[in-house]
Amino acid sequence: MSASIQNSHEAYRLEIDQGQLIVHTYGRWNLDTIKSIDRALQADLRAIGYGKVKTSGEDYGVDDSEFGGVVFDFKELIRIDTAGAFILTRTIGCHDGMCRMWRVRNANPGQQILLTAAAHASAGMEVPPPKPWYEPLSRLGEGFLNGLRETYETIAFFGQFSVILFKMLLRPQRIRWKSVFSHIEKVGLDALPIVVVLSFFIGCVLAFMGSDLLEAFGAKVFVVDLVGLAVLREFAVLITAILMAGRSNSAFTAEIGSMKMRQEIDAMTVIGLNTGETLVAPRALACLVSAPILTFFAMVAGLLGGMLVTWSQGISPILFTARITEVVSINHFWVGMVKAPVFAMVIAIIGCRQGLAVGGSVESLGRRTTTSVVQAIFAIILLDAMFAMLFLQMDV
Amino acid sequence: MHNVNYDKLDFSVPVEAIGVRSQFGSNVINENLNLQLKSGEILGVVGGSGSGKSVLLNTLLGLKSPDGGVVNIFGHDRKHITADELKYFENRVGVLFQGGALFSSLTVRENIMVPMRLHTNLPVPLMRELADMKLDMVGLPMTAATLNPSDLSGGMRKRAGLARALALDPRILFLDEPTAGLDPVGATAFDELIVQLREALGLTIFMVTHDLDTLFATCDRVAVLVDKHIAIADTLDNVVKYDHPWVAEYFGGPRSRAAGLATQNKGIE
Repeated sequence: MSASIQNSHEAYRLEIDQGQLIVHTYGRWNLDTIKSIDRALQADLRAIGYGKVKTSGEDYGVDDSEFGGVVFDFKELIRIDTAGAFILTRTIGCHDGMCRMWRVRNANPGQQILLTAAAHASAGMEVPPPKPWYEPLSRLGEGFLNGLRETYETIAFFGQFSVILFKMLLRPQRIRWKSVFSHIEKVGLDALPIVVVLSFFIGCVLAFMGSDLLEAFGAKVFVVDLVGLAVLREFAVLITAILMAGRSNSAFTAEIGSMKMRQEIDAMTVIGLNTGETLVAPRALACLVSAPILTFFAMVAGLLGGMLVTWSQGISPILFTARITEVVSINHFWVGMVKAPVFAMVIAIIGCRQGLAVGGSVESLGRRTTTSVVQAIFAIILLDAMFAMLFLQMDV
Repeated sequence: MHNVNYDKLDFSVPVEAIGVRSQFGSNVINENLNLQLKSGEILGVVGGSGSGKSVLLNTLLGLKSPDGGVVNIFGHDRKHITADELKYFENRVGVLFQGGALFSSLTVRENIMVPMRLHTNLPVPLMRELADMKLDMVGLPMTAATLNPSDLSGGMRKRAGLARALALDPRILFLDEPTAGLDPVGATAFDELIVQLREALGLTIFMVTHDLDTLFATCDRVAVLVDKHIAIADTLDNVVKYDHPWVAEYFGGPRSRAAGLATQNKGIE
């Protein structure tokens, strides 16, 4: 029996003839038009019951078994592109997971190839599995484990590098002095203005806040003790370290990371250059030299800032310096200074390790640079707290 | 959608350079360069290193404006086209850069979807399906869809780049050294892919290449860029006979003879 159901759309007409679905196509089937065609076609196919497997016999008006095959008629088609071909084969050829026999008539060889390629693609497609409900939890766990692994690897890297550094110090001719000095210029000298300015302002703010508060107790002159203690013990070295983490540590990661991306690191290894000696050691030594010097200048600038503000509050510079030498012992200076090389080492090690851990993509370079700065600042604050407790116990 | 005068479009000569001159400072790269790309053909451009092939490609693509002469695209002077027309042309031109030039922060599938997102209003699930289809067309497995470009091999990256170039079903495809850096098997497969795609999609292909095998296997016409201009653009047989020292050296070398022999043998089979 030959039934003929016609569902019309400006781009196609569906016809059922002797158990075959005939799709007459009109006009243009391309990226600009397929959006509406796709929707209409799916609805019309559903309306004629195409693709539904017969369940109990009265599901839809047309029994599925009627559709022996599909014929695409391209007689009146103007143009079809891959998107149009895909819609045709995906929606009709493989509807509801069932793939049927299809053929095309009145098509040129190019269109034939196009349809075949489209059918091949739509047959092999698979839907990605949805994310399980515990996905956020597993990500949390992964993040925690990652943190542990990072810590472990940073410490391991520090150990490896310590051995290299120790060997180099035994044979100083192996140190690349040229590289060391070039890095001292970048890490130390170039950072000097910003470190000094920032520290100066911190000293000013401390003095302002302190004198305001202490005046209420009638103990205004103690602001000198406050500025001296805070700047010497904590602020100078912290400002220096945090600025180094922001400036130099990120630069180390980016420099070494892009070398890694361009296989320069691999080339060095093959030639026999030790990356620890050639890349990490000069940077670490530069940091070790620069950090105490920068810290010293930061201390001077901070005290100057404090002195300037207290002068405006009625404490003369002569009184300020006299009181500093009288009440602030040299111990406080050394407490600040002794932390500088430790922080310097942490900054250099984290920066270089993250740089060497960069993978092949630009994205990983960006991620590693961020991680590097965050880790370095985190480590600095943590170590500073540990130092504070240590010095408290030691009574210095 | 586009405010473009379709009557003025000339599809028979999609890209044309007339008397183009390009220079950097006083260094003239291309001088009085004439070249026509005819609809439906595969045109290969050859020339020595530093002969200005890449500059020519950039000029035709509009990345660099010519310092003299005219570049026509679909019969329009590139200098005087409106924004709407430019958008229309962008939709009809696909480019495969030498290294693939995939966006490294996106997965392969997302890379292919970028032009679709920009130039069409298709729903995202449909875009995803179309992207997967392009992947299949260029011969990449579905598993590559979710990978990052850095996880792909050089050949796969080129195929993914080709899939992105084909995302909007362009009329013209520009290929910059499509087979450079591929192993011979991969390069042959790529040549076949290009010819197949031309058949299926009716593409017009402009190809800059060094690869003699590719020239012999795919190109309908070959243009030779020497002495700052296109000396000859003709079928391979005629180009080989052309009387110029560089051409003689290029096509007379052992590599060329081997490539020619391989093509002949294929014909006999």
